[in-house]
Amino acid sequence: MTVTTDLDLETREALAELVLSVADDEFVIGFWDSEWTGIAPMLEEDVATSSIAQDEIGHAKALYELLGELIGEEADHIAFGRDADGYRHASLLNHRRGDWAFSVARRYLYETADAVRLGALAHSAHEPLALLTGKMRREETYHLLHAEAWLRRLADASDEAPERLADAIRALWTDAQDVFAPLAGEEVLVRSGMLPIPMRALHADWQARVRPTLEPIAGSLPATAPSLDGRERRSDDFAWLHSEFTSVARTEERATW
Amino acid sequence: MVSAAAGSSVERVWAELATIPDPEIPAISVVDLGVIGSVAVDQDRVRVELLPTFVGCPAIGVMQEQIGERIGALGVAPAVDVIVTYNPPWTSDRISDAGREALRRSGFAPPAPMPTGPLLGQLDELAVLPVAECPYCGSRNTSLDNPFGPTLCRAIYHCTDCRQPFEQFKRI
Repeated sequence: MTVTTDLDLETREALAELVLSVADDEFVIGFWDSEWTGIAPMLEEDVATSSIAQDEIGHAKALYELLGELIGEEADHIAFGRDADGYRHASLLNHRRGDWAFSVARRYLYETADAVRLGALAHSAHEPLALLTGKMRREETYHLLHAEAWLRRLADASDEAPERLADAIRALWTDAQDVFAPLAGEEVLVRSGMLPIPMRALHADWQARVRPTLEPIAGSLPATAPSLDGRERRSDDFAWLHSEFTSVARTEERATW
Repeated sequence: MVSAAAGSSVERVWAELATIPDPEIPAISVVDLGVIGSVAVDQDRVRVELLPTFVGCPAIGVMQEQIGERIGALGVAPAVDVIVTYNPPWTSDRISDAGREALRRSGFAPPAPMPTGPLLGQLDELAVLPVAECPYCGSRNTSLDNPFGPTLCRAIYHCTDCRQPFEQFKRI
């Protein structure tokens, strides 16, 4: 078993970058989805979206705790103590929730990408990460099935739903690639088996998986690669979300719950 | 070396744990729910490993606290550590037969057994079973209303025969 203290500085920094990227993705999509609580299109979906959002924020919490052990910081401080520019979520998660079709398109893009990523991380040589992501993967299977069901429902609907869905897929396609943006120190992680498959190979797996589903809905999607700064660009939408989810932490710095 | 006295301490801890209810579904104990991974006792401390049903389960902290207090009161060792671990991961197959019966009696359909074989290769088959057995009338003429229920670990079904909505503890 790999113990945190056994890691050299280079490996620990690279691993911290990887864990932070997954944690921030789960944290930010969890908060965006929680924006639907109370106003989802129907009651059953309100419950489902809220439950999924709670899962994602729970995953983020566990990942921030794992990261906290790596870098010697409190999970709460990592989650709520950074400026908006310090977050490392993929640019796919920079957009506000939009209409329902937009949220469904994003959730499908994110869940499929996350499934590919978790499939690799569950075999990480860093045992605490492998155990946690292996457990998360079981839960995410439910999210994925739910996202697929909604994608089909909107794509097969009459009226404007298929068109709104197609517009959303085209609008998000380029940013969706950035879930697989290269990480600083990635070679070190691949060499040590902590990230068993490089991001560019995971990206290729994901594209092969989603194109046959998405192109009949949205038309031909451009060949595009993750951008180098795909986890560094922050948006006005995210700045707003950040001000929302840090508001309690900022007003009550010593609060515990 | 494990002495006879230490052995009986471990048994006392397990017996006490069997009386601690799950905070969200009090009809079932934490032992029958399968969330206790292991118990170890030495002269300084009791160590209990807790396996969360879901990573984001908000009841984990409450469980840790309750277990810490109740086991601490037993006085088998000066300190109690309740450690959260995913090794092994909790799965719905860890719910005991007695636990399944307790769930049924309080209106929850117990989760169906997992498919056998290496699990990571079969995740897609982990789909929520479209049918659960109604805990009220035993009918399998039921439909899945929502794979997401009032807590992370529960799905909502409807019984077509007795027209009763009910929840299933999710298969995972």
